[in-house]
Amino acid sequence: MSRRDDTHLRSDTLEPGTTEPSFKKAGPVGSLIAFLRNIWRQLTSMRIALMLLFLLALASLPGALLPQWNLNQAKTAQYILDHPGLGPVLNRLGFFEVFASPWYAAIYLLLFISLIGCLVPRSWEFVGQIRSKPVATPRNLARLPHHDQLELVDERSPKQIADDVQRGLRGWRSTQREEDSGTITVSAEKGYWREVGNLVFHVSLLGILGAVAVGKMVGFEGSAIVIAGQDSAGICSGSPAAYDNFRPGLLVDGTNMAGFCLKVDQFEANYTQAGIATDFIAHLSYTAEPGSATKTYDLQVNEPLRLDGERVYLIGHGFSPIFKVTFPNGEVRTYEQPFNVTDGNLTAEGAIKVVSPPGYTGEDIYQHQLAIVGIFAPTASMAHGDLMTSSFPAPDNPGVAIQIYRGDLGLQNGSQSVFGIDQKQVDSGKLEKLNRKNLMVGESMVVDGDGTVVQFVGFNQTVSIQTSYDPAQGYALFFAITMLIGLMMSLTIKRRRVWFRVIPGSSSSTAAGSNTAGNTTAGNQSRTVVQVGGLARTDQAGYGEEFTSLVALATVSPAVPKFSGRPR
Amino acid sequence: MAIDTSLATISDQLFGAAAAGYTVALICAAVEFSSARTRKANVEERELVSAGVFTSDGTSSGRPIVPTAQSIGHVTAPEKAPWGERFGHIALIVTVLGFLVHVGSIVTRGMAAGRMPLGNMYEFTSLICATVVGAWLFVKLRQKSLPIGVFVMVPVIILMYIAGAILHTEAAELQPALNSYWKWIHVTTVSLSSGILMFSGIASVLYLARNRYERKGATGKFGAKLPELATLDRIAYRTAILGFPLFTFAVITGALWAEVAWGRYWGWDPKEICAFVTWVLYAGYLHARATAGWRGPKAAWVSVVGLVSIVFNLFFINIVIAGLHSYAGLN
Ligand code: HEM
Repeated sequence: MSRRDDTHLRSDTLEPGTTEPSFKKAGPVGSLIAFLRNIWRQLTSMRIALMLLFLLALASLPGALLPQWNLNQAKTAQYILDHPGLGPVLNRLGFFEVFASPWYAAIYLLLFISLIGCLVPRSWEFVGQIRSKPVATPRNLARLPHHDQLELVDERSPKQIADDVQRGLRGWRSTQREEDSGTITVSAEKGYWREVGNLVFHVSLLGILGAVAVGKMVGFEGSAIVIAGQDSAGICSGSPAAYDNFRPGLLVDGTNMAGFCLKVDQFEANYTQAGIATDFIAHLSYTAEPGSATKTYDLQVNEPLRLDGERVYLIGHGFSPIFKVTFPNGEVRTYEQPFNVTDGNLTAEGAIKVVSPPGYTGEDIYQHQLAIVGIFAPTASMAHGDLMTSSFPAPDNPGVAIQIYRGDLGLQNGSQSVFGIDQKQVDSGKLEKLNRKNLMVGESMVVDGDGTVVQFVGFNQTVSIQTSYDPAQGYALFFAITMLIGLMMSLTIKRRRVWFRVIPGSSSSTAAGSNTAGNTTAGNQSRTVVQVGGLARTDQAGYGEEFTSLVALATVSPAVPKFSGRPR
Repeated sequence: MAIDTSLATISDQLFGAAAAGYTVALICAAVEFSSARTRKANVEERELVSAGVFTSDGTSSGRPIVPTAQSIGHVTAPEKAPWGERFGHIALIVTVLGFLVHVGSIVTRGMAAGRMPLGNMYEFTSLICATVVGAWLFVKLRQKSLPIGVFVMVPVIILMYIAGAILHTEAAELQPALNSYWKWIHVTTVSLSSGILMFSGIASVLYLARNRYERKGATGKFGAKLPELATLDRIAYRTAILGFPLFTFAVITGALWAEVAWGRYWGWDPKEICAFVTWVLYAGYLHARATAGWRGPKAAWVSVVGLVSIVFNLFFINIVIAGLHSYAGLN
């Protein structure tokens, strides 16, 4: 206790005990224990905590500066290709998925172990402090960072002065003690709530980490494009297969997923003249779980549908053009495929793949597969002659610009994008590039060679939805709030100690040069020396001014206690 | 809702006027600084502190004569050149006027666009500058004898210039579909806390300059005119402990917004990472101030690195590496 009181920052005492006797015990076991203990002390020291904090900041940076797999796969792959030397090495080292890399985990785990190792003893220490009285007055107050000495000449006895001081220390915990020859000391301390705030803050950090970890384990995200319209199929979320893209947490195996079903009855987007969207609304009908009643919901940006645990978001919209294809044998089929939006006016790219053209069997199929590749423009306008782009996001004048391919699509060679064809098939001559044409709704074209007719018959709106599941996010928020409250308590409440030693009778030897202007001989008045010492237990900022007013407490008339012990 | 173009023009003119006012303030503050008294790092005076003595007037019960005790770091002020002081007054007055005009510019901009004036980099930067100036005025009005206005106005004017000449865009509507009140709370608090922390960082830079002077006398006269270390440290710390919780709050509201807009409260996109790094750095700053061997210059360095990361986050990330946070809008 006493050693701590002589330092002006309590956290100094949290440093590993270089001054404490080392662990003495003969034998290898003893030295191993000593070694581990030493490591533990190091790890839980403020200095190491600080280092780990900086390391954490540093290690996060590549995540912002390098492309990351989890955010943009295409960009990351391209980056690795562009940097053949460094790229693969960085990839092996996890620099393109920083927040999943083992070294990042090592840093934050060490930090949190350090944090726990720091919190537990501090909590104990704190409980002890609350229970005990404010610590005894140090012998030499002049050694404290804030100290002062006054000589009072008035009729109050030392005891009365001490009482007045104590009365003036409102909001402080204080106690009086008696020393030899009538000397009375007052020790006072305030700002215990600061320590509470600090502990709450640090514990909340652990809470947030836990909530994030649980979310990463058992949560998932899935996204899908859903075609709007009364007769479209919608989506049922019972399994990962329902999604175009599914990102599971580490412990998610795809079973036991809530089975909601939803359909987008109608999608509505409204724009200002300038093409700025005023609102996007997907009118949904859904069943929260199999067998439950169908409900409706207007899904909007920033207004997710919150089902039991799962949340459904509107994250984008686009179009899926519809084509009617009349094959040479007379058969007519309708194809529809969502296109991928590429600009603010919703120009979209995509491809329709006719995988099994009617009238062909066996190897013949691979001579006659068709691809209709091109763009869809909701408000078609021509740039540079017949290059089609969209000039407005609403479907005021929908058109497509399509290029036809025939031959082998190469689908058996592995997966390919649904929005385009495999260029290698074209380059190798297996897929032949035929004619191209711009079509407005209702218009059609005849494909070179076999007389297949492709008609652009219309389109449907599509909606990109995302399902998110994170059962722990409420806890994350809870701990974020307690963290903030703890932080504010800990930063605004000041921990201060102050001691007064009221010495009766003769003047103190250290009072050299003091000015005793008062009338020392007047009747019942006596000279009293008051020594004051102050310790800012957390930060020095501003204690100076406050201390001056504390010192003045000893001089205040008992009738009007002026100071509440609070800084201005 | 249409844009009120005449109001937008007024806003632009007010912005220009504020920048002009700050420039005048800069010049006056530069004169104020260059004629400021030098403050020696006086060690003995700290030792003398204990000798303050109270006396009683002897008749009324124990009423003290004015306390003469000094607290740490207070140095008796030598005479100051009066014309420097006068320029200091002018600088202060012009800064206040510039600040009011600046606030007017921000308000009219918001009225012109019919929304919070925080929809693009220009509007952002403008509010951050106003916050830095506001933080400075707050400190200066409480502690008149701080001749460091010039160091606040230089970065502010640079940012104002960048905002007005490079980032400026005409007042326009944002996609109302993207509006969410979290967004406004988030963006407002981010700007305010960034401004406050930037001001804190400036104080730390000055701390380091002063520290260099005290160590080696390296910056000569310049360092001697800066306020004492304890003063600069106190300014940096006090503004940091205001800015840091506000920044924390801003990050939390950002997460709340991300949850309703993107389906996850945190996704490590570049801006989120940068906010996290900044946050950790300021946590490091506060820790450093409580760690033996790290108080003083080292802690000030951490604060300066924090400042760099704020500027980096606001400008580099926004303009160069736009993630989901870009203002591109939803397609
Ligand atoms: C997870 C990383 C950590 C973060 C983000 C963090 C953040 C902070 C912040 C912002 C403060 C200032 C607010 C306050 O005074 O309460 C603080 C104070 C403190 N932290 Fe941490 N901390 C972390 C880990 C640790 C660890 C591992 C230790 C122990 C080794 C520790 C010990 C302390 C102490 C003793 C204080 C009080 C300093 C004072 O008295 O002013 N912290 N921390």
